[in-house]
Amino acid sequence: MTLTTTKSVYWKGVRDGAPFILVVAPFALLFGVVATEAGLNVWETLAFSVVVIAGAAQFTALQLMQENAPTIIVLASALAVNLRMAMYSASLTPHLGATPLWQRALAAYVMVDQSYACSILAYERNHDWTPAQKMAFYFGAVTPVIPIWYAMTVAGALIGSSMPAGLALDFAVPITFIAMIAPALRTLAHKAAALASVALALGFAFVPFNLGLIIAGIGGMMVGAQVELWMSRRTQP
Amino acid sequence: MTDLIIAKGTLWTVIILLGLGSFGLRFVFLGLIGNRPMPDWLMRHLRYTAVAVLPGLVAPLVVWPTATDGVLDLPRLTAALTTLAVGYFTKNVLAAIFGGAGMLYLLLYLMG
Repeated sequence: MTLTTTKSVYWKGVRDGAPFILVVAPFALLFGVVATEAGLNVWETLAFSVVVIAGAAQFTALQLMQENAPTIIVLASALAVNLRMAMYSASLTPHLGATPLWQRALAAYVMVDQSYACSILAYERNHDWTPAQKMAFYFGAVTPVIPIWYAMTVAGALIGSSMPAGLALDFAVPITFIAMIAPALRTLAHKAAALASVALALGFAFVPFNLGLIIAGIGGMMVGAQVELWMSRRTQP
Repeated sequence: MTDLIIAKGTLWTVIILLGLGSFGLRFVFLGLIGNRPMPDWLMRHLRYTAVAVLPGLVAPLVVWPTATDGVLDLPRLTAALTTLAVGYFTKNVLAAIFGGAGMLYLLLYLMG
């Protein structure tokens, strides 16, 4: 029997995170291209990706700036898209809360959908890991992804507007997100939450400033939690 | 062609404040609550964060795509449903992306 070392858990994280390179790379490339087309230079585009590291929020901000929306609306909408990060932060807290503050600060900086999803699923499978091992896995999972995020943003900015329009790159974002959601629809509660979110987002799309998304997110979480309670009451005698 | 020039002052204000705000959202629970336990009802809601937020983000992009000026588009809708089906049944993110992108290109080619 081998004792799981922190170092081996880190490398397990690297292996589990590596496939996401193929998800993050096109997304970063796309941001580079779109940002250049919006008039940003390579340095500004890279700074955007390094400072914010949040594809969906960056696309949102870029889109609204092009529409000459007031800065406060740009910030509020992009942060609304990123509100899920606060929820990720809360859901990681029981696992990583006991680690040193500087590690938690670094973990917060590199928090992305993929690193969160990959880590929380690993924690569910490995209840015996210590907080230090869980943090090692987390950093392992982001190690392949973050440098690729920076590098491919620059590559996209350099390629810039020479990308052919026939590639339908506008739809890379929805496809990537759907591909991430679909495998997560494990239980009835997850499916109900997702369905409620879609219905609420479409129904409240008229609400300005992306607030429809906030309504959909909160509503979806409430539906998921209620269905989970209902399911557990049914299974208990 | 619309005017795509973004004022540099606005751009840097957005980059810096969005960076600080995003860090704040990511750090708020992890950094400030730390090792204190959180109530069951909160955790029960947080389990559904990803499946409650991302579908809501995507749904309007699928039903009203920006590339077609918000008009429902058969290739894009079919590609989205293909991605969902492949991802659901294979549990494989990359298979879902390639399945969806393949369907999109096939239909754009056939209908183009």
